[in-house]
Amino acid sequence: MFQNIVNGLSVLAIPLILLFIPIYGYFKKVKVYEVFTEGAKEGFEVAIKIIPFLVAIFLAISVFRSSGAMDFLAWILSPITNAIGMPGEILPLAFMRPLSGSGALGIVSNLVTTYGPDSMIGRIASVMMGSTETTFYILAVYFGSVSVRKTRHALPAALTADLAGIISSVVICHILFD
Amino acid sequence: MINIVWLALLSIGILVAGFSCLGIEITSAGWIMEPSWEPLMNMTNSVFEEAKHAVTLAFGLVGIMALWLGIMKIAEKSGLINVIARGLKPIMVWLFPEVPADHPAMGSIIMAMAASMLGLGNAATPLGLKAIGELQKLNKIKDTATNAMCTYMAMSTSSVTIIPATIIGIRAASGSTNPTEIIGPVIVATGVSTTVAIIMSKLLQKLPRYQLPKVDGVVETIEEN
Repeated sequence: MFQNIVNGLSVLAIPLILLFIPIYGYFKKVKVYEVFTEGAKEGFEVAIKIIPFLVAIFLAISVFRSSGAMDFLAWILSPITNAIGMPGEILPLAFMRPLSGSGALGIVSNLVTTYGPDSMIGRIASVMMGSTETTFYILAVYFGSVSVRKTRHALPAALTADLAGIISSVVICHILFD
Repeated sequence: MINIVWLALLSIGILVAGFSCLGIEITSAGWIMEPSWEPLMNMTNSVFEEAKHAVTLAFGLVGIMALWLGIMKIAEKSGLINVIARGLKPIMVWLFPEVPADHPAMGSIIMAMAASMLGLGNAATPLGLKAIGELQKLNKIKDTATNAMCTYMAMSTSSVTIIPATIIGIRAASGSTNPTEIIGPVIVATGVSTTVAIIMSKLLQKLPRYQLPKVDGVVETIEEN
């Protein structure tokens, strides 16, 4: 039942937005077709503008992951993660999550199928993936699109929040599912 | 800081791959060495693959961006965003004190957050880019982030999620008895991280090392260019 509601919401959200906004605009005397194309024109520029930033981030991440450095870092930090009750298997995900959404999704899929979706590892991985974001990617792309280079405290604040999200994912799963 | 992180990821990765080429293996009888170029070759292949992937991804984004910016333009021209933004004004004014309450940036931020709350990742990105673009219009020093930008970025990177649609899908597909059981925990965890994001950005912006440079006199020199 709840799943149906949630699935229904996911399915309906975009069609409803696509229906509601143009109709609302029409009744507010907006020339909907012309205004739509006027806005859409900007789409190409924005997408092209972010290519250099995407390439830079993808390059660094692919080197770090494919070289095995990611696994090595997880191994070094395993004493700390054991202390907060995070299974070592989750660690690559905790590092990958701020860096690459598709990479993190790959790790989650792998963990869920290997250990089972209803195992502690599977649950923590799911909650962590759902409650954190690809921080570096978002910062690089967003600031890149407006050519801001001095990002001040944005990265430290975002990374602290990520850490809080990662730790609370582990803690909440232990409280609820242990 | 992103310079250091980027350089570290790149150089540490290459050094580790180089070291792996020595093929040192520790056994009970000491250690043996089996050199091979394979780790470096694999890394090089992966780098080219990912660079190509970055461009495909960006081009894949053109259509979606155009679609959402078009819809957003209608929402903007019809005054719909102002209606929504007015309702959330008290919270937004507290979060972004430097942004005038009726500025288009407020509406864009609200729309972007609404999209990411529903797990509409692809929809949230163009809306978020629009929001940061509006914030940039209020920025007096164009290459430096404002307090409002830092707060907004910290909030969006902490992900205000209500429905993690993709994860639920993966769990269901791999035979979970209750794929949606993680929604509650996700809302709690994301609530914690977003609260931390807001508190941290408000605290850090007061630190001397993150102060904005003085603007007086600087504006003129920028405008001369």
